[in-house]
Amino acid sequence: MYNFEFQKPGSIEDAVAALRHEDAMPLGGGQTLLPTMKARLASPTRLVSLGGIPGMKGVSSSGDTLIVKGGTTHAIVAREAGGVFPGLAQLASHIGDAAVRSRGTIGGSLANNDPAACYPAAALGTGATIKTDRREIAADEFFQGMFSTALDEGEIITEVRFPIPQAANYQKFLQPASRFAMVGVFVARFADGVRVAVTGAGNDGVFRWSEAESALSSNFSADALAGLSVSADDMIADIHGSGAYRAHLVKELTGRAVLAAS
Amino acid sequence: MPKDSVIGTSTKRREDKRFITGRGQYTDDIVLKDQTYAAFARSDVAHGKIVSIDTSAAEAMPGVLAVFTGEDFAEVGGNPAGWLIHSRDGTPMTEPKRPVLAHGKVRHVGDAYAAVIAETAEQARDAAEAIDATIEELPAIVDLRQAASDTSNRVHDEVASNVCFDWGWIEDNRAAVDEAIKGAPHVTTLELRNNRLSPNPIEPRCSIGDFNPGTEDYTLYTTSQNPHLTRLLVCAFVMGIPENKLRVVAPDVGGGFGSKIYHYGEEALVLAAAKRIGRPVKWTCSRSEAFLTDAHGRDHVTKIELATDFDGNFIAVRTETFANLGAYLSNFATATPTFLHGTLMAGNYTVPNVYVNVKGVFTNTVPVDAYRGAGRPEATFSLERVIDKCARELGIDPIEIRRKNYIKPHQFPYTTPVALEYDTGDYDAVMDRLEAIADLSGFERRLNDSASRGKLRGLGISSYIEACGIAPSNLVGALGGRVGLYDAATVRVNATGTISVMVGAHSHGQSHETTFPQIVADRLGIDESKIEIVHGDTAKIPFGMGTYGSRSLAVCGSAVVRATEKIIAKAKLIAGHMMEAGDAEVDFEDGVFSVRGTNKNVPFGDVALKAYIPHDFPLDRIEPGLEETAFYDPANFTYPSGCYACEVEVDPGTGKVEVMSFAAADDFGNVINPMVVEGQVHGGIAQGIGQALMENAVYDENGQLLSASYMDYTMPRAYDVPMFKVDHSANTPCTHNPLGVKGCGEAGAIGSPPALVNAVIDALQRAGRSSVTHIDMPLTPSRVWDAIHNS
Repeated sequence: MYNFEFQKPGSIEDAVAALRHEDAMPLGGGQTLLPTMKARLASPTRLVSLGGIPGMKGVSSSGDTLIVKGGTTHAIVAREAGGVFPGLAQLASHIGDAAVRSRGTIGGSLANNDPAACYPAAALGTGATIKTDRREIAADEFFQGMFSTALDEGEIITEVRFPIPQAANYQKFLQPASRFAMVGVFVARFADGVRVAVTGAGNDGVFRWSEAESALSSNFSADALAGLSVSADDMIADIHGSGAYRAHLVKELTGRAVLAAS
Repeated sequence: MPKDSVIGTSTKRREDKRFITGRGQYTDDIVLKDQTYAAFARSDVAHGKIVSIDTSAAEAMPGVLAVFTGEDFAEVGGNPAGWLIHSRDGTPMTEPKRPVLAHGKVRHVGDAYAAVIAETAEQARDAAEAIDATIEELPAIVDLRQAASDTSNRVHDEVASNVCFDWGWIEDNRAAVDEAIKGAPHVTTLELRNNRLSPNPIEPRCSIGDFNPGTEDYTLYTTSQNPHLTRLLVCAFVMGIPENKLRVVAPDVGGGFGSKIYHYGEEALVLAAAKRIGRPVKWTCSRSEAFLTDAHGRDHVTKIELATDFDGNFIAVRTETFANLGAYLSNFATATPTFLHGTLMAGNYTVPNVYVNVKGVFTNTVPVDAYRGAGRPEATFSLERVIDKCARELGIDPIEIRRKNYIKPHQFPYTTPVALEYDTGDYDAVMDRLEAIADLSGFERRLNDSASRGKLRGLGISSYIEACGIAPSNLVGALGGRVGLYDAATVRVNATGTISVMVGAHSHGQSHETTFPQIVADRLGIDESKIEIVHGDTAKIPFGMGTYGSRSLAVCGSAVVRATEKIIAKAKLIAGHMMEAGDAEVDFEDGVFSVRGTNKNVPFGDVALKAYIPHDFPLDRIEPGLEETAFYDPANFTYPSGCYACEVEVDPGTGKVEVMSFAAADDFGNVINPMVVEGQVHGGIAQGIGQALMENAVYDENGQLLSASYMDYTMPRAYDVPMFKVDHSANTPCTHNPLGVKGCGEAGAIGSPPALVNAVIDALQRAGRSSVTHIDMPLTPSRVWDAIHNS
């Protein structure tokens, strides 16, 4: 790790101001950024912690929307979202290990948009709205490829608004070493249709499997997936598995998620 | 304390109190006065010519005290190979120099070409990054077969080819084996890769060099499994320091699995640097550096053929193996794929014809050397996999084909066609134990239960034999070994009757501090809590060869017995003097000396005290003191064996394998501490499950290590392994060491991979995938799924 300045502002405005420094980076739970810095692969000159800002933590619901504040840890979501949105609580309860869940935040996870992270699948799979210090961004616009989002420099996620589905389930197949999602599929059933979002597998990060969405919208059963497939060419291939294997897992896990949500 | 209550008792580990309460003293815990820190500049290309190294910017950085490059060590010796192998044509292997720092060329990613010494570790690291090296990248040599055939692009320019040796064992068997296979009714052939492993001890390597200009004494604190061997290598081969001027201390060491047997260049560097700057120099390996620089294990590509008659009687075994040596010869690298591998290729079986060919090949990868099991897991895996395949081809039950070919108890001592003489064993009895503890009769029921949950269940069986208790010096000397492999112990009875035992073995997870006192307590009839084991410091212990190859108890434990016997003999002299009797009339039992036929007796404690207060000793006959040293050189290897059974469930939708049960029946000879033995077996099996299902050190075609962190290198977790069933009741004591022990440290890692792979193949075969006869380790979900879907 290289030396850096550390700041812990008490308001969104102060945080935004601090982030205007060259090479400043926001610090959520630090579960990705700090290991990267320790390996000397990232070298921000200034870390701006978002942990000291009041009102950045908590889970609440309003009508058919679940609101998770940007600095809320995975552990809190796992504990508190279950009443109205069990599928999201289940997803949060399986991110990383207990230590990661106690530090890592939803805002940090979405802003990083790791192609193997879990939360992007839930956000895209429900059509969530990502609220920042300056605007609201639809999930369909937010994720723009591996580690890339619609966020501007220094823009801070303040809350995520999830439409609560009638039923939802997240199936994660672990990459054996890292235990990130090798493939993760989030299936959410709404009154007006089904959404299916896939993380871990795609070359461009999280994506919606639209063919499966149409098929499941008219017949919400694993049988509806018969005959469908995703292209292996668009899948990540590495020492843990080929594109064809990941493409197979997408379909397999989608079926399992549908079964679990039925 | 009666004898029976000491040997064979599960005394709790006395080590655990300090480890569990954080009072262990590891090398990195040592902070010397005015200590400085080393960091290394390491190659990020696999193969390259060093054009220039500009250290001026680094030297000018804050806190920097010295900078070293390969040039500084051009005149000192290389780190040697401990075993000379001769090729089939009689020529000696090639031995290119392994320098302290790379000089002229870098030969693997992570090869250190410069080092910085600075006031702080961060300053050293910053300055190491500022070293400006111009390295002209050369094509990387990675693929084993290609490396062996390509003589134009060589890892070492000064030798003619990348093949270090082409070894045949036994060359005289070759024609007969070829003939037997040609005429055999049935030949089963299997081509496989024994996957490459990163060793991953929980404590990364660490070394501190210290030099006292007043006395010219060096001290090296280091993470070593064998401090005397390290001292010998540093002094006699690399640095030229007189042995009496170097003390090597290996304090608490957090695991080694073989990777800390070897002397590494960082140890020489910190010593040289300490002398130059006149202050202690510490280097602590990061986990990232460990992946790139610790000697890896395994990495064989093998073709094995098993010839049988139609009833499954073995006729011949023939293997051809390419063994990856990496970029330089590590200390045991040439012995591991040859004499620790080829000599075991007859397994537990009466197979009249065996021939093994191994080509040791240099590549632009980190050196490969012994890793838990060292050669024997490779032999066992090849043999037990081909036997399983053969049984399936012939329609014979896998247990039946093994039993049919086992060496029977009346055949011992049994000389194999690959030159070992097994002293004792009863493989059928061990298999009987396995069948009982694994509840094999209940398999069909479990198979149906798995099927009802959509899972494919399989059962895998393996047997193994290993040669442990390394090693008889006369034999290894005749075969090219450059060291003796005896061990040594000094038993010092203190005046008040407590005992210090100084041993050459080193405990880094093996529980010597608990089990060695049990041996001495048993012989002397005193409480084991009065006995302390001293190890890991060349200034304190006799010249023993350290811990590896399941040797500590069989070899060093035997030296402890011999030294204790000398103590008893000496104490009898003293006791006889005290009781006014000749020592021939003195008996010793349960801690008490007595004169035969009388009621005269003195307890051990009184004799100990007398030894140090010899006011009335007849000094022409009895020396004061009670301290004895023994060196023990084994007459033969020991031959632990075992039978393992593994049941797995395969998820056909994902290819994921779950280990449902694992049973291990082993013959370790006599057992000193059953709890410690069970722990060793548990750890070994967990490591074997790691190799079979998860672990894989992978280099790409450019020689970049793709599995260079825990994000990509899969270690087994606690929840990946089932509750083990272990049994060591069917034992046949070793016939040639005084304890009748065989060794247990490597067994689990040797016997488990083939049992697991056999189980997965069995599951797929039962599910109708008849074309799936082999999957290379590790059996990751994607590989198993590929096998299912390409069948």
